[in-house]
Amino acid sequence: MPERQRHGASIGQPLTRRDGHAKITGAARYSADVKPEGLLHAVMAVSSVARGRVAHLDVAAAEAHPGVVAVMTPRNAPALAQSPDLKDHPFAFRLDLLQNDGVRYANQPIAVVIAETLEAATEGAALLAPRYESERVSVALGAGEVFRPETIGAGSATDEGSGDLAAGMAAAETRIEATYDTAAQYHNALEPHASVAAWDGDRLTLYTPTQALWIAKGRLAGLFGIPPENIHVVCHYLGGGFGSKGFIAAPQILGIMAAKLVGRPVKLVTRREQMFGPVGHRAATRQTLKLGAARDGTLTALDHHTLTLTSRHDDFVEPSGILSRHLYAAGAIATTHAVSRADIGTPIFMRAPGEASGSVAVESALDELALELDLDPLEIRLRNYAEVEPITHRPFSSKALRECYAQGATRFGWASRPRQPRQMRDADGLLVGWGLGTATYPAGMMQGEARATIRADGTALIETAAHDMGQGAWTVLAQIGADGLGLPITQVELRIGDSNLPNGGLAGGSTGTATSGTAVDNAARAAIAALADLAVNDRASPLYGAGNAGVTAADGRLARRDDPARSEAFGEILARAGRTSVEAKGQGAGDPATRKAYAMHAHGAVYAEVKVDPDLGQIRVTRLVGAFAAGRIINPQLVRSQYYGGMIWGVSLALHEHAVLDPRSGRVMNGNLAEYHIPVNADVPAMEAILVEEHDPHVNPLGIKGVGEIGITGTAGAIANAVWHATGVRVRDIPITLDRLLG
Amino acid sequence: MKAFDYIRATSVAEAVAAAARPGAAYLAAGTNLVDLMKGGISRPDTLVDVTRLPGLDRIERGTDGSTRIGALVRNAALAHDPVIAKRYPALAEALLSGASGQLRNAATTAGNVLQRTRCPYFYDTASACNKRDPGAGCAALGGVTRSHAVLGWSEHCIATHPSDFCVPLAALDASVEIAGPGGPRSVPLEAFHRLPGDTPERETVLEPGDLVVAVTLPPEAEAFAGHSRYLKVRERTSYAFAVVSAAVGLRMDGDRIGQARIALGSVALKPWRARAAEDLLAGAAPTPETFAAAAEAALADARPSGDNAYKIELARRIVVRALTLAAAGTPDRVPALPASPFAPNPSAPNPSAPSPLAGAPVHA
Amino acid sequence: MSFPITLTVNGTRRSVVLEDARVTLLDLLRERLDLTGAKKGCDRGQCGACTILLDGVRVNACLALAVSHDGASITTIEGLAVGEALHPVQAAFLEHDGFQCGFCTPGQILSAVGLIQEGQTGGDPERVREGMSGNLCRCGAYAGITEAVLTAHAALTGPDVLPGRQLAEDAA
Repeated sequence: MPERQRHGASIGQPLTRRDGHAKITGAARYSADVKPEGLLHAVMAVSSVARGRVAHLDVAAAEAHPGVVAVMTPRNAPALAQSPDLKDHPFAFRLDLLQNDGVRYANQPIAVVIAETLEAATEGAALLAPRYESERVSVALGAGEVFRPETIGAGSATDEGSGDLAAGMAAAETRIEATYDTAAQYHNALEPHASVAAWDGDRLTLYTPTQALWIAKGRLAGLFGIPPENIHVVCHYLGGGFGSKGFIAAPQILGIMAAKLVGRPVKLVTRREQMFGPVGHRAATRQTLKLGAARDGTLTALDHHTLTLTSRHDDFVEPSGILSRHLYAAGAIATTHAVSRADIGTPIFMRAPGEASGSVAVESALDELALELDLDPLEIRLRNYAEVEPITHRPFSSKALRECYAQGATRFGWASRPRQPRQMRDADGLLVGWGLGTATYPAGMMQGEARATIRADGTALIETAAHDMGQGAWTVLAQIGADGLGLPITQVELRIGDSNLPNGGLAGGSTGTATSGTAVDNAARAAIAALADLAVNDRASPLYGAGNAGVTAADGRLARRDDPARSEAFGEILARAGRTSVEAKGQGAGDPATRKAYAMHAHGAVYAEVKVDPDLGQIRVTRLVGAFAAGRIINPQLVRSQYYGGMIWGVSLALHEHAVLDPRSGRVMNGNLAEYHIPVNADVPAMEAILVEEHDPHVNPLGIKGVGEIGITGTAGAIANAVWHATGVRVRDIPITLDRLLG
Repeated sequence: MKAFDYIRATSVAEAVAAAARPGAAYLAAGTNLVDLMKGGISRPDTLVDVTRLPGLDRIERGTDGSTRIGALVRNAALAHDPVIAKRYPALAEALLSGASGQLRNAATTAGNVLQRTRCPYFYDTASACNKRDPGAGCAALGGVTRSHAVLGWSEHCIATHPSDFCVPLAALDASVEIAGPGGPRSVPLEAFHRLPGDTPERETVLEPGDLVVAVTLPPEAEAFAGHSRYLKVRERTSYAFAVVSAAVGLRMDGDRIGQARIALGSVALKPWRARAAEDLLAGAAPTPETFAAAAEAALADARPSGDNAYKIELARRIVVRALTLAAAGTPDRVPALPASPFAPNPSAPNPSAPSPLAGAPVHA
Repeated sequence: MSFPITLTVNGTRRSVVLEDARVTLLDLLRERLDLTGAKKGCDRGQCGACTILLDGVRVNACLALAVSHDGASITTIEGLAVGEALHPVQAAFLEHDGFQCGFCTPGQILSAVGLIQEGQTGGDPERVREGMSGNLCRCGAYAGITEAVLTAHAALTGPDVLPGRQLAEDAA
């Protein structure tokens, strides 16, 4: 068997993004940049009521506007082969595709205007001037009937726990109970959802940003009643996804329907204000934490209850309690979830779904307990360090969290932190506070496939319908492929982002590199094996007869393992065999038995410094140090960028993001990027990410855990704790706003 | 956006004549107007482009010591103009604390003065708004009101004026020069914006066709240059509208305050001049007690219009802080974070202490 | 009503007849001149993804009506490199990994070029952060962006303050 080159020239190198040049020169074409011949522009009209029906649209006024070609409403929208409300797949969310005049949330699409120019389509949509029959709405957390959902997140158990909670509470010497609210958040990738769709008979070409090309293809095949192979989805670049582009959303499909209606290519781009409804969000939560501890700080009981919201018409439940099943050792654990329905768009996965909102509550509660016990926040976390996964008692496949705590603490200077709040000021008189949060995210895998082709010129091609939304797939998959093939990365061509390529699965849940990387590695390895077969059975080859000893691939040559001097270039082997190429496929998926035997998570520790104006309450994060352990690091530069991005999302969760709904109308009143605040550059000070070494022999052969989401977890709690430490005020309404600190 | 006719005016007279017709609006940079048009809030029939009008892009010093800022002077150019930065430092600081570098490069002096409220119900065309649609009602009342007015509001409108620039302009007794169908006239900035009363749709004293051609600072305005600050509390460090802001200028007379100027931003539908507080400070020593009394006076008439009582206390504290900062002296250069509480504070308890390394904080 | 205008785009004179006065510079570039480097993130001056240089200064192309800018000179991301030679700001973004998804990147880069030309930041990272705050990055590449702007600033203006040292002090 050929030996895989695990520590080759590429893996572990901080290579510059391979797609970087295209992105810094403007050459990278995103979906909305594509312009087929004869393109028309489509603009959605969306509902301003949150519940009811559309009673009237002034279609005539829109049609009369110069340049308008067609107005698509439920009256003339192309028929679909299946109901968009059909849930035939765990990830099939109900879609509003103009099949009736009903309105189920504000900003729901109610019509599409198609025109020769964007300006005409935009004004056409405004001229529809909808009238509604509206019903009373309910959008507040807990306002509707509260029920226990069947599952949470991506099919996880609603309630899970271990031990006798009541006994654990009774045995505790110190108890705290606190309720934390987290706000509704909208993904707001800077690239709005867009589609450029062109039909040729019953064949569809679609340019659209998606984190799951093959899932999109399957959904579209069902909706339009055509074979999946008739659908070609192209997405070389996503302008951010964060979960909102995991599953193709209504606006993208409406563009396809519009193209069908008018028989010409159509571009539909969601307007920013339309991103607050039909493309998912993270629902608000109210989490109650009850902790009981012995005098030494060890948890005797951890009770984490989450109340959240879902839409009236579909189910997605933010799984905020899940992390309490994995994170801290406790004598007894209960994690439960409840939900009520509201007249809102269906929530969906959003960067670290569950873990992000759950982490800020758990980390805050733990610090509240530490205060009661007069313990250092790091100490209480170490005293509850989970040596095995708490509920299942499974060993961790690897867990370098202790090293994360230690390296982060040293770098940050944590040891000099005074225990009491409001003890530190800077030279300008600003209050200074330090906080800590533990980061955690599951090291999951999905399923994917890749193809590797070794070509006669000595180069190779790696193909998989994987997705790069900024995490670096264009680079790291080539790195993995290069090492698997024993080639310099310059000799490896990578093709991703196209549904005609082998199924690349889903870029989500921090599984992309683990899944696609494993598929690429396996494909590369199989291609080398096929190439080796040609050589070792060929008497003319210096490798003839090496079958038992094996061959290794390096620098574009196969060499005998027992005699590396006997080697042959890839091209020579193929040429003599009369082949132009040799190709092989590889699968990427977790090993079920190993995944059952071990708990698999990435971990980290985030230390935050904030400054707070003692009189005015304005808050600024001034320093962040995160130390993360996530198995093998394929590209430290890109991984560091992922951690930074996650940590900035943590800043945003803790201090900024907050969709404000008017409870009377159900409308988002800050549905724009001026008032729905995400951090700007000036909100992000010096930050540091320490890549803590961790070797994981179990997660997958390459030892890869995901890094895309873990940075948010820990960070938001660290900031909330730092704000308390600066001010002495514990704010349990997240995001923390300055009015809470005015005293 | 509604289709419109476009006229590029070549003279003030031509512009005024064109814009006096119903449905016409002036276009300069468009940083506010084009946004409003895209949102369907403004739907003019005709845009009269004034960007080519000659002579309106100049900053001129009058022989009497006044400064005349042409209507088309861009916010960035104004803030970085050496005369402005030196003589009216709070004006520069306010300008640089607003919007973004890109918007400041485009936005004009007149456009900034004329910018319209950020009230979400004004922006949401599905909501009732007396500004957009007189008599329709005010959906903000009883709605989401954290950012709304605490001074000068009425039951017809509780919106605020969002400009940073106008706050020091009000404090410095600036006036607005207007060319109109009836000829030129000048209006004090303080009287230029109108409180809502029962006609919130009338936001300024401008009549159809009136064109703002300049903003003028009177000769006495530069007397405050040595003790002048703009302070703006916001919910992210930059690129955010003020929660509350204040512009303060002190003319020191020895170790006493000769004259004080105070205006508050984002508390009312116009920049709010706090004259009672100014009167209280005149002749007083710059002490914390005096500043606290001034803050009380400045907010004496404030009352919440909804879920925004915190803004009243915040405004008091901003007045105290801005006075404290101003008393300590204007910094040589606008701070890296203009108008921010996170700008270096010369009036901090131990301003001479070296900035501590992070990791080795000063323990109080 | 149609409006003939002439623009100099990336050094080339382009005569365009606007059939519609509503067209913004951003939509003119993207939909009519096939220059899609400038991105539409919000279309309302709230994100900076559409930043271009208009007569040498950075502005939001989404809020500028094209008809009002007859005769103007425009630089977009496509016109920044000279042949194969990257502009120092582009090179610095690559070096410091100042982006992830890349969607805000053309706007960030043009904004950085404009910021450096404005000459107000020196090598002060805090002034750079403030000056770049009109460009949102949802991926959170701000640390790399700030480093890239400081590096490019030093390259373009000479080492008045060594950015590496400033950053280290800032991070200490």
